[in-house]
Amino acid sequence: MSQKVLLSSKEINIILHRLACQLLENHLDFENTVLIGIQPRGTFVADRLTKILKEEYGVKHINVGFLDITFYRDDFRRGDKTLAATETKIDFLVEGKKVVLIDDVLYTGRSIRAALTAIQSFGRPSEIELLTLIDRRFSRHLPIQPNYRGRQVDAINDEKVKVMWEENDGKDVIYLISN
Amino acid sequence: MAELSVKHLLGIKYLNESDIQLIFETADHFKEVINRSIKKVPSLRDITIANIFFENSTRTKLSFELAEKRLSADVINFSAGQSSVKKGETLIDTVNNILSMKVDMVVMRHPNPGAGIFLSKHVNASIVNAGDGAHEHPTQALLDSYSIREKLGDVAGKNVVIVGDILHSRVALSNIFALKLQGANVKVCGPKTLLPKYVESLGVGVETNLRKALNWCDVANMLRIQNERLDISYFPTTREYTQQFGVNKAFLDSLDKEIVIMHPGPINRGVEITSDVADSKQSIILNQVENGVAIRMAVIYLLASKIK
Repeated sequence: MSQKVLLSSKEINIILHRLACQLLENHLDFENTVLIGIQPRGTFVADRLTKILKEEYGVKHINVGFLDITFYRDDFRRGDKTLAATETKIDFLVEGKKVVLIDDVLYTGRSIRAALTAIQSFGRPSEIELLTLIDRRFSRHLPIQPNYRGRQVDAINDEKVKVMWEENDGKDVIYLISN
Repeated sequence: MAELSVKHLLGIKYLNESDIQLIFETADHFKEVINRSIKKVPSLRDITIANIFFENSTRTKLSFELAEKRLSADVINFSAGQSSVKKGETLIDTVNNILSMKVDMVVMRHPNPGAGIFLSKHVNASIVNAGDGAHEHPTQALLDSYSIREKLGDVAGKNVVIVGDILHSRVALSNIFALKLQGANVKVCGPKTLLPKYVESLGVGVETNLRKALNWCDVANMLRIQNERLDISYFPTTREYTQQFGVNKAFLDSLDKEIVIMHPGPINRGVEITSDVADSKQSIILNQVENGVAIRMAVIYLLASKIK
């Protein structure tokens, strides 16, 4: 097994700032926009972006939620393992709001498909956008593309992209792992 | 991720502690789901579940059916009263006929102890025991423990007394297994005639004085007097039972500390507990009902994920 650094801490930081600016450009004061981090690992991206928007760009209030998609996945009973759920925390209505779904890696697109179904349990958003830190090209199973992407990566199927965060894993770094 | 150690839920006796924790953690997520404005998830859309009830039930049947529908399973219901069972069909034949219609899971209540275990050995489907005679009622015990955990933070180390007809109660037996497994201290309390002779061998204490029992406990689970199962006179009159083992508000207020009151329902108001106790803020009876749906969703979800 070998792993190489895809993005360093500094590069991640620059990319997060760019993504924050792109969100700002389209959503201004975030009055009518909500950010939804997809569990388990999109929540870190959502939290970081929120922090940057608030602290460095003076956005006063942003609605941020975490969405667990386990019960909406299409591979229930298809693997060997029971799918474990994580917490959903959306304490606002998404009815009529612009929703930005946020995840760390966009791969097959199936998680996003599940998230698109799941978010409807919280109302009918006026529109939904997708932000991903890493976009794995040529690996989609479904016609889903991000509106905001951090870095596009060509990774072959048995390679893995691993995103690590300081608050969870000790440091910010993204690895490309191949067997 | 962890998964259940069992393929069927036949009784708490067959579970281990991590199974119970897994069910509780999963139920936490489903509790959040059933409090949304849209209370449904599509997980089990390709699963069909038969609810087979050979004995009357309102709450359990509704709770299971609701749990199944919240998970998007297809549900068929069957009550013995209107069926071919009356024409002499055997249990295996009845169930195999239902399973021929491509059913994946059977939720069964039956008056005979061990009916679920028997069935699990003869048919090819996941079986959930929704009460088998005076044997076990596992989902009730799970939701009872879950409600204690929700109210008091933890089950381990808590003192729980089960009051009433222990002899005929599947709720009592399943609760004893579940509570002991999680490290709670358990006592049973009731008329001597309604306490099984060897109940202490399950590791529970016996107390025939209600005041002493309630002063000892953190939680009192007040069971219903099941008149339909009392084939002989176990106590002189219901009035005398109430005097000795019923709880009213004055009695509750006179205890050394504030205890939690539970009841598996249906309540005989004025027999086991009075209305002002059932509706008091110490009572978590309606929380138990709400948690019942979340617990049953968790059990069905976890068992269904093992159906290939």
